[in-house]
Amino acid sequence: MLSISNLHVTIGDKPILKGLTLDVPAGEVHAIMGPNGAGKSTLGYALSGRPGYEATEGTVSWQGQDLLDLEPAERAAKGVFLSFQYPIEIPGVPALTFVRTALNAQKRARGEEEVSAPAFLKMVRAASSALKMDFDMLKRPLNVGFSGGEKKRMEILQMALLEPSLLILDETDSGLDIDALRIVSEGVNALRSPDRAMLVITHYQRLLDYIKPDRVHVLAGGRIVASGGPELAHQLEAEGYDKYLPQAA
Amino acid sequence: MSTAVDLRDPSTFPSRRVEAWKYTDLRRVLRETPPPSPAIKIAPGGPFASLGGEEIAFANGRAVGADAFVASGKQTLRLRFVSDATGTGHSASVRIAVKPGAKLTLLESHEGAGAGYVANYRIDLDVPAGAEVTRVVLIDEPSEAISVAAAHVKTSPGAVYRQTTITGGAKLQRQETHLAHGGEATEVTLDGVYALSGERHTDLTSVVRHGGLNGVTSQLTKGVVRDTARGAFQGKIVVERGADGTDARMGHHALILGERAEVDAKPELEIYADDVQCAHGNTVGNLDESALFYMQQRGIPADEARALLTQAFLFEVVDRIDHEGAREVVRSWLTARL
Repeated sequence: MLSISNLHVTIGDKPILKGLTLDVPAGEVHAIMGPNGAGKSTLGYALSGRPGYEATEGTVSWQGQDLLDLEPAERAAKGVFLSFQYPIEIPGVPALTFVRTALNAQKRARGEEEVSAPAFLKMVRAASSALKMDFDMLKRPLNVGFSGGEKKRMEILQMALLEPSLLILDETDSGLDIDALRIVSEGVNALRSPDRAMLVITHYQRLLDYIKPDRVHVLAGGRIVASGGPELAHQLEAEGYDKYLPQAA
Repeated sequence: MSTAVDLRDPSTFPSRRVEAWKYTDLRRVLRETPPPSPAIKIAPGGPFASLGGEEIAFANGRAVGADAFVASGKQTLRLRFVSDATGTGHSASVRIAVKPGAKLTLLESHEGAGAGYVANYRIDLDVPAGAEVTRVVLIDEPSEAISVAAAHVKTSPGAVYRQTTITGGAKLQRQETHLAHGGEATEVTLDGVYALSGERHTDLTSVVRHGGLNGVTSQLTKGVVRDTARGAFQGKIVVERGADGTDARMGHHALILGERAEVDAKPELEIYADDVQCAHGNTVGNLDESALFYMQQRGIPADEARALLTQAFLFEVVDRIDHEGAREVVRSWLTARL
């Protein structure tokens, strides 16, 4: 269970999240929807520990463990995975090297045995063909020269290999055409499991046609202002976010 | 830059008031002729030993065997400058000739032990028509050493010359390359890598003079400085009157990873010909914060992420070395330093 209680986050001196409270039980997929500037991406960064996103108040725990005191890499080893809206290019580090370094670093942190090179290659071949990725692309520097769709597939491939328990998908649908969206969504859906929680951050309802959420929350003004079932997403799509904006109240 | 340092004559030790030496004040660390270094015995070997080939070595400046070499056919030469001295100085010069059409892999190592020695080397290298030379210079000196080396390279029409210098710096260190880029369709690559920590210093200075038609020069230098280390890059490309069709590109990029570390760069282009393509780029910065966070988010601890990014930054140059064995030696040498 992901449990966020009264979370306040500032960037510099600017408060962005202002008392956000949210529970996501393991096995469930929750969508976070909201207008631009509501703090959706900030939530993803705060949960994963990005420097500069300071939690000034409140608590965040995952599987009973307090996350806010941990370094980003320690959180990753505890299963936290943030899929970036704009995945970063890492020149000079081949994608395969990157993922293997990450996987073995996490395993070391958990006191598990590292994965050998042949075993890793076998894992990658299976996972990349499921995502219809060209294996040779993985020998290239991570995300450098990749298209928007390829970058998102690369994120899903990393998820499949790192097997995180808490997935945060930040605007995963942005920059994807319908075919890529379908492949990426299938990749995410394949990871649904009773011991995994997912937080799907999205501005549009479209993605939720492919990744069906158990619950939908509206984030506006730095707080969760409404929660409901999947029907809430359709309602937002039809009515917009106006009624949740402070000036429209 | 034309006045050569001569250890026997202190008046040839430039201070930073000499424009070409403004980042490398030799006079500040060396005022008088140092006493001569003792003779030492060395065994064959060096960092490139596993790659075979012929060996020419200088031990504290003294030629162990031959002090000149003529390459023919396809050959590998390991040129070693070995220093093991404290508070003394030595010089050496070597001439390397290549026969037309020959292919030479020149693996040069500056291997230092002891402390506070002063070394001064000169290398003369002729690359005639149709010849191909790949020169890799690996400089591994103690933090108290002072060294100045100058290579004078002459290329002829249709020659290919590739050079990569890799250094960890010293107390004061300068590597000069003077290249006379001669004739139709000569291709030159002039690369450098420096990785400095502590109080180390290095200065990679080059002057490339394009004198012929359609010559090509590609220059890429990358460096990383930590602590209070100082790196200097001075790259000058001169395109002489009549050297039309020249294509010359120079890049220098450095990462400053210590708050008190410093990098000085002076790229210069002087063009007197027409229809020339010349460009230079120079950047100095820090590691990309978003890349660092991305890597940590995937589980790579901060220190490891920094090392991996730094290594990747420098390896762009290493990957351009046109010799697999040398590339591997350089990769592991750099990895051990990062």
